[in-house]
Amino acid sequence: MSEFIQYTLQGLAAGGFYALSALGLAVIFGVLGVVNFSHGACYMLGAVIAAVLLAELSLGFWVALVVVPVVMFGFGVLMERLLVQWLLALDPLYNFLLTFGLTLILVEAVKLRYGVSGLPYEIPAGLGGQVTVGSVNLSVYAIFACVFSVVVCIAVGLLMTRTRIGMIVRAATEDAGRTRALGINVGRWVTPVFGFGIALAGLAGVLAAPTRAITAEMGSNFIIILFAVVVIGGLGSILGAVVAGFLVGLVEAYGVAYAPAYAQIVIFVLMAAVILVRPSGLFGREEVA
Amino acid sequence: MSERMSERTDEQSAERTAEWTAERASDAAGGQAATAPSGQPADDAGPALLSVTDLSAWYGEARVLTDVSVTVAPGEVATLVGRNGAGKTTLLRSVMGLHKQVKGAVALDGRDLGRRSPDARARAGIGWVPDDRGIYASLSVEENLLLPPVVHDSAWSMEKVYDHFPVLAERRDFPGTKLSGGEQQMLAMARVLRMGSRLLLLDEPSEGLAPVIVQRIGEIIREIKAQGVGVLLVEQNVTFARSVADRHYLLAQGQVVEHLSNDAFAARESELLTHLGM
Ligand SMILES: Nc1ncnc2c1ncn2[C@@H]1O[C@H](COP(=O)(O)OP(=O)(O)OP(=O)(O)O)[C@@H](O)[C@H]1O
Ligand SMILES: [Mg+2]
Repeated sequence: MSEFIQYTLQGLAAGGFYALSALGLAVIFGVLGVVNFSHGACYMLGAVIAAVLLAELSLGFWVALVVVPVVMFGFGVLMERLLVQWLLALDPLYNFLLTFGLTLILVEAVKLRYGVSGLPYEIPAGLGGQVTVGSVNLSVYAIFACVFSVVVCIAVGLLMTRTRIGMIVRAATEDAGRTRALGINVGRWVTPVFGFGIALAGLAGVLAAPTRAITAEMGSNFIIILFAVVVIGGLGSILGAVVAGFLVGLVEAYGVAYAPAYAQIVIFVLMAAVILVRPSGLFGREEVA
Repeated sequence: MSERMSERTDEQSAERTAEWTAERASDAAGGQAATAPSGQPADDAGPALLSVTDLSAWYGEARVLTDVSVTVAPGEVATLVGRNGAGKTTLLRSVMGLHKQVKGAVALDGRDLGRRSPDARARAGIGWVPDDRGIYASLSVEENLLLPPVVHDSAWSMEKVYDHFPVLAERRDFPGTKLSGGEQQMLAMARVLRMGSRLLLLDEPSEGLAPVIVQRIGEIIREIKAQGVGVLLVEQNVTFARSVADRHYLLAQGQVVEHLSNDAFAARESELLTHLGM
């Protein structure tokens, strides 16, 4: 039983990384119609920048938690202004290919500069060790990562449901053309939304940094699982991205614990099952399918 | 082969134009100018609220509108009547700037809209109510109403909207698409009125709705007309069209084949119905 609770916590912590990133992927897809293949690379960059801040500027985890999303927001803005925007009018496949190419460049660039072995990063002081709840030992950092992701998801949720910007993003996610025809300059929101989505991937990277091997390749597997998350949650659904993120984290953790040989497969079995029952995903609207 | 077909169409359209001109002449002779601009608005001196001039539209290689000219004056309801696939929706989407493969001019208050974006057109005063109503599922009824910016001081206040559509007030916190078809139609119309649009583009508002609701929509159209709002109404329900409109444009294969006052339209209703295959 105590092991089960530990796995659950690990699953929820990992699920938090998925949820934050998938949230970013979902808003970008919703407003721009772009499937950002480079999302995994942006997650990786988030972790790498955190490690570099520590190694070269002695700036620790707490600073990284603020600085990295800001840097990644800027990176996203540049990416959208310099590259993505020119292909928006074309078939979505073009931007998918663009971001795929960008992923290769980013991964190779990081390899070139920092090598293939992992960059060192440690659990920040104060968040190390374990706490004992009842008879169960729980990792303090896993609890922190979990709570932090939930708080950020709730904050984003409030932004989406309680503000005018959120209302516009929701409307544009449903139908950008229609929203334009109601007098809203959707184009004005495209760049900040793209930057915001990338910043969320970067934030997930920082959160993952203390518990993962920080390598150029760390995003490659991540993006595949992220696509499974998005499909399970329902393409374009913001709530779906969050719920499916935590769900996939849990399934993966239980898989690793109880059926290590099948850990990866389990996620895709779940995805297939969801698609069979609900083709548009758990929270997807029927029209989307 | 295709050449010959196009020849034939030209011939036909020439014939139709002749017919239409004769119609207008007889209208004028009959002195049926009940409401000022009704018979011959195209010859009006002042700028119309909306004027579409020689608009053609394509989907890829396929031309679906050919030299369509349509005007709507303030406080006037003009309909576009035509069978499925005639190009009615495409015309509204072109006026809104959503359909971009077009040639010809669209002007609002006499000012050419050129290549202006759909959002600029909406802010200039054009309110589009699409055929599927375009209600957002992820927005509540109230948010659906509050989404568009207010663009004109004639905009309806939320009180006025709720006063006119009590059902929307009752369901203000429901997701927009949880409303019935008729309620969604009301919501879509209320949304552009709250915005203060001076020209409404209504795409088959009566489609699939119960007679009482169609009647209610007719009342609303007459009321906004009285406020000086212009309406370009796409309809296949000829009886409904006749009950609200001043003038009618009959569209067939992407061309205006007839332009009739409401009386002329009523007089020839059964003939037109067969002609249009409706
Ligand atoms: N996205 C599209 N791609 C290609 N052709 C299209 C597209 N949309 C419409 N068409 C074609 O353009 C023509 C006009 O269509 P449109 O929807 O404007 O007609 P409509 O008069 O509104 O018809 P309905 O009464 O069925 O709503 C039709 O022949 C239709 O098949
Ligand atoms: Mg139509």
